Amino acid sequence: MSTATEARHGGLSVRRAGKIYDPGGAAVVALEECTFDVAPGEFAAIVGPSGCGKSTLLNIIAGFDRLTSGEVLLDDAPFATSAIAPPPGPDRVVVFQNGALFPWMSVLENVIYGPTRQQVLTAHAARDKAMDMLRRCGGLDTAAERFPGQLSSGMQRRVEIVRALMNEPRVLLLDEPFRAMDTVSKAAMHRHLLEVHALYPKTVIFITHDLEEAIYLADTVYVMTTRPGRIKRALRVSLERPRSRDMLASQAYLEMKRQVAADVHEEARKAFERGERELA
Amino acid sequence: MGAVLRSRKFWLMLAGYGLVLAIWYASVKWVPLKSFTRMPDPLGVIREWMSPEPAYGISIFTAAYYKHIFASTLRAWTAFALALGLGIPLGILMGWSSRFNAYAEALVGLLRPVPPLAWVPLAILLLPGAEAAVVFVTFLVAFFATTLNTLVGVHAIDADHIRAAKCLGATRRDLLFDVIIPGALPQIFTGLQIAMGAAWFSLAAGEMIAAQYGLGFLIMDAYNLIQYPTIVIAMGTLGLMGFISSAVIRQTGDRLMRWRLEATGSAR
Repeated sequence: MSTATEARHGGLSVRRAGKIYDPGGAAVVALEECTFDVAPGEFAAIVGPSGCGKSTLLNIIAGFDRLTSGEVLLDDAPFATSAIAPPPGPDRVVVFQNGALFPWMSVLENVIYGPTRQQVLTAHAARDKAMDMLRRCGGLDTAAERFPGQLSSGMQRRVEIVRALMNEPRVLLLDEPFRAMDTVSKAAMHRHLLEVHALYPKTVIFITHDLEEAIYLADTVYVMTTRPGRIKRALRVSLERPRSRDMLASQAYLEMKRQVAADVHEEARKAFERGERELA
Repeated sequence: MGAVLRSRKFWLMLAGYGLVLAIWYASVKWVPLKSFTRMPDPLGVIREWMSPEPAYGISIFTAAYYKHIFASTLRAWTAFALALGLGIPLGILMGWSSRFNAYAEALVGLLRPVPPLAWVPLAILLLPGAEAAVVFVTFLVAFFATTLNTLVGVHAIDADHIRAAKCLGATRRDLLFDVIIPGALPQIFTGLQIAMGAAWFSLAAGEMIAAQYGLGFLIMDAYNLIQYPTIVIAMGTLGLMGFISSAVIRQTGDRLMRWRLEATGSAR
């Protein structure tokens, strides 16, 4: 309905962001001079090897962690600096790598949790909205009364995305949400996410180490260096929307992949040789 | 009922009981030890237990029998309720606040290994009356089991569930009631099961020393009067009461955690 106006919110600007961890006095630089901009409604993918600081970046935007230098602006207002760490909130909802639906609540209870706890909707209104969104997002309304443990992991992930969207977030933060999935489920999830993003065009930050999925899904792909994490390269994806799997064989796609693959692999190799682990 | 009769589990259970009774019977009848021959065989005990006119004054037809059961059950459940009411909040507080945990952990660590019976003299000296002392001793182990399992449950909560709740706008209060308590519930109920078991065995020991009524007292009293069948009746009743109490807790847990049963697709 008001997707056009909603899409104008959610511009994110990361400026010279730096993060130094200090485990036992040994300073570990996770992020350094990390700068990039995401336009409202844009789907941005951040690609990098394990331990490159991409999850750190997401945690800072989400409010789970604090910058040590630089700043992050949301819709032109500085909201995270070394002095201010915003608390986590419904304007920046995370969908987690391993899934974080509450197993003790039904699908519907999970999905209405945000709006009812924030008291922006009555239980009744939240229910109606939830059933509508679940139905639009691949007919999930039929599973509304079930518990997460009764659903496949793909279905759980789809419900978790709906739970996030219910809050009308300015930014949707996806932390490698399809990492543990097999190829077939992953392909189904990609198509699903593209459909959902067309339906609800929120700003998306999608963290992944998979370059192919990044290009296929995103408007812009940012390649991160291994630690200290910086943006090594930005790629504007020229594939038109709606996207289809046929595009994965197109010249344009292959050309883009060729351009950045060398960079991604170089960083992955560095990380591998240094034996990097995830920090956050 | 037909399903029960056809289930393998039921017959195995029955065979287990049968085996124990057979060993009992055989040891009384055929073991050539003098001390064993004074022991009643299973039939003798059951006859006494079900007799309208029991030789030693305790059977299902006597008021005294129910007076003992009532006294013990009341003590066990009072102690259990206290353990639940104090142990769960304390465990949650210890899990919630690392500062509070630092205070409490060492204290709990030191007090917990003290056997409940070692508390009996102090409890009798400090508390008003033997009744309070027995309940206190019964409460102790149950309390530690509840507290520590609740603590483990809070620590076992997936950090992403807490983060997710914060993203969705949960207040601290919401976190407690929507994430911490339901998330820790499986371990809390493990703790309550252990607590109930512990309550019954500390209770019997406490009653032997400091009570005028109750099944533990009955065992000691019957021992002093050399009433073997009554000893066994009281023991069997203790077992039964403990079993029923545990079943009540398990049922309550299953009802509160329907999501776990349905997620795994089986009852246990």
